[in-house]
Amino acid sequence: MYKITRRRELAPNITEMKVLAPRVAESAKPGQFVIVRVDDHGERIPLTICDYDPEEGTVTIVTQSVGISSQKINSLQEGDAFLDFAGPLGMPSDLLEIPEEELKKMKILFVAGGVGTAPVYPQAKWLHEHGITPDVIIGARTKDLFTYVDEMKKVANVHLATDDGSAGYHGMVTGLMKHLIDDEGYHFDHCVIIGPMIMMKFAAMTTKDYNIPTMVSLNALMVDGTGMCGACRVSVGGETKFTCVEGPEFDGHKVDFDEAMRRQNMYRNNPKNNPETHKCSCHG
Amino acid sequence: MANRIPRTPVREQDPEVRSHNFEEVCLGYDREEAELEASRCLNCKVPHCQAKCPVHVDIPGFIARVAAGDTAGAAAVIAADSSLPSVCGRVCPQESQCEGACVLGIKFEPVSIGKLERYVGDWAIAHADEQKAELPARNGKKVAIVGSGPAGLACASDLARMGYEVKIFEALHEVGGVLVYGIPEFRLPKQRIVAKEVEAVKRLGVEIETDVIIGRTMTVDDLLDKQGFDAVFVGSGAGLPRFMGIEGENLNGVFSANEFLTRTNLMHAYDEEYDTPIFAGRRAVIVGGGNVAMDAVRTAKRLGAEAIIVYRRSEAELPARVEEVHHAKQEGIEFKMLTNPVRIIGNEAGQVEGIECVEMELGEPDASGRRSPIVKEGSNFRIDCDVVIMALGTSPNPLIKSTTKGLETNRRGCIVADEEGRTSRPGVFAGGDAVTGAATVILAMGAGRKAAAAIDEYLGAPRN
Repeated sequence: MYKITRRRELAPNITEMKVLAPRVAESAKPGQFVIVRVDDHGERIPLTICDYDPEEGTVTIVTQSVGISSQKINSLQEGDAFLDFAGPLGMPSDLLEIPEEELKKMKILFVAGGVGTAPVYPQAKWLHEHGITPDVIIGARTKDLFTYVDEMKKVANVHLATDDGSAGYHGMVTGLMKHLIDDEGYHFDHCVIIGPMIMMKFAAMTTKDYNIPTMVSLNALMVDGTGMCGACRVSVGGETKFTCVEGPEFDGHKVDFDEAMRRQNMYRNNPKNNPETHKCSCHG
Repeated sequence: MANRIPRTPVREQDPEVRSHNFEEVCLGYDREEAELEASRCLNCKVPHCQAKCPVHVDIPGFIARVAAGDTAGAAAVIAADSSLPSVCGRVCPQESQCEGACVLGIKFEPVSIGKLERYVGDWAIAHADEQKAELPARNGKKVAIVGSGPAGLACASDLARMGYEVKIFEALHEVGGVLVYGIPEFRLPKQRIVAKEVEAVKRLGVEIETDVIIGRTMTVDDLLDKQGFDAVFVGSGAGLPRFMGIEGENLNGVFSANEFLTRTNLMHAYDEEYDTPIFAGRRAVIVGGGNVAMDAVRTAKRLGAEAIIVYRRSEAELPARVEEVHHAKQEGIEFKMLTNPVRIIGNEAGQVEGIECVEMELGEPDASGRRSPIVKEGSNFRIDCDVVIMALGTSPNPLIKSTTKGLETNRRGCIVADEEGRTSRPGVFAGGDAVTGAATVILAMGAGRKAAAAIDEYLGAPRN
């Protein structure tokens, strides 16, 4: 069992949990993910690692309630425990592969959307620890949905965007990206985008216009998360890749986002994803 | 004359009933049936059956004890060579191993060795409480086992019996490897059989930790350098599912057999009480002819789909166990032989709506000795379906290879190990599918046991 040592609501339906998992915390690197299971009847759910503390033995995850399983996760309270918490899985961020000398000369931009903000944090923090302060664009529908802004400000130059103009730039992240580059004189050598699939698609199209090499972190459907099932396959540059072992980060200019979005919705209409018809153990 | 007695039929669930449930198909022998069947054994001076068994179980020896009513004695005979009789009795390809070599089979039907082994194994499980395992004193050496499938369990049992402190690390949340995620409940009951075999291993003092992915959570080097293990056995299993590389394979409704079976077996997706979803569609086409293909097609059928096997060679070349093919046919599975898919067709929403195939004919034998299938030009035709399941085998998982220093792999990516399981890295041993590529439970178990002996030799522990 993996105990939840801290839990807080970051925004409506978005919860952060610090989980005691010393082995995972010891090996975790930015960009990787874990697979969790709430109870004996639960799904194996992949979640990107949002922070980790090897000394404390904890790993932080952030989830947004959308389906049965994420609701189940978010119903857990401080002191409760996950039945399973396995990882770290996937490849660490490509940034870790770049020699530090080279990295220090680079201008790095992160574009975070919605619940994707938290997984940007460990990467920005890692860069900050290595003497680099990246720029981070955080987008949300409205200001109440922002998460991790205060944490991020400690390690990065933060630029906010809201669809409704309630905070920061009024518009989509793509608009703010163009604004920074075209109007504010920013220049970027590398971009990492994490957020909803549709946002990653358009943000990657934008960086392509500016020829900025771009990585995106895909949250594909998975079962085992170790390469065994292939549920997470995605087309990258016309080749099929397994997100769990070859990802989760891929070249954002080569990912077939339309296919990835379609595959992500494979079970959308499945009776088990409908609280009316599904007899899951949390609803009796 | 023993051979005048016909082979004792085994009771099975009615095909019409069982094709709608996940209960075990074969009900096994009772004592009377087992003793009758055992009495058919000729107890040959040169037992060909034993020679053909990958772990050389003393088959005439255990059968003689069954015939004499000494099931405990029979269990002891098998235990000397096999640690998983209930499993192997159910899943071994007996027709190409022991039973295929049975002398009775020349004129009559071979002794039902698999069913007898199962009978003895199940008896041993039911009477596990009476068998107190004498545990030797610990010899002070620690061995880590990567993976809790047949290879790992067998290696762990043997080492524990020799006095080693053994710990198994399993990546998934359940123990048993392919026995729990791959082979379906209707062929190998999880609670009644697999969990009991695992308990038996634990009773020997073997510790098992789940949710640890070696290569990620910890590396093989960590186990040796930081965790204080003196040797490591890698039995991490087969790996990544293969696809054909044809158009349409990433459409919604195309699955690997591994995914389809893992959802049903490990995640219990067929059970409404469990959260994991599955989609078997109205008509499912399963591509392949091995045991995994049979498991997938029969699972799809049980989930309510009309289920069809598409295989590029003819029925004679089907690599699956004869019994599985027979059971599948009884259950109403359609077999389209000499048929090979060329593309998968999707609708506007990206959901599978058909598969385009070509007819094949058999040409000259290929490297595997089987006649190679050749495309009949212009024979393209379409099968309407909403699910396609690829059961084409696996390629090795790169996780351990890429994170272990000095571990040699071959050009296919399998770990290189000698007959005894020694790899290129001193102290690291390997066996099962991680070495051979997808094979059988009994071969993996045999490899685990050989590696246990090699580890014992390597560590040179004093005998107690």
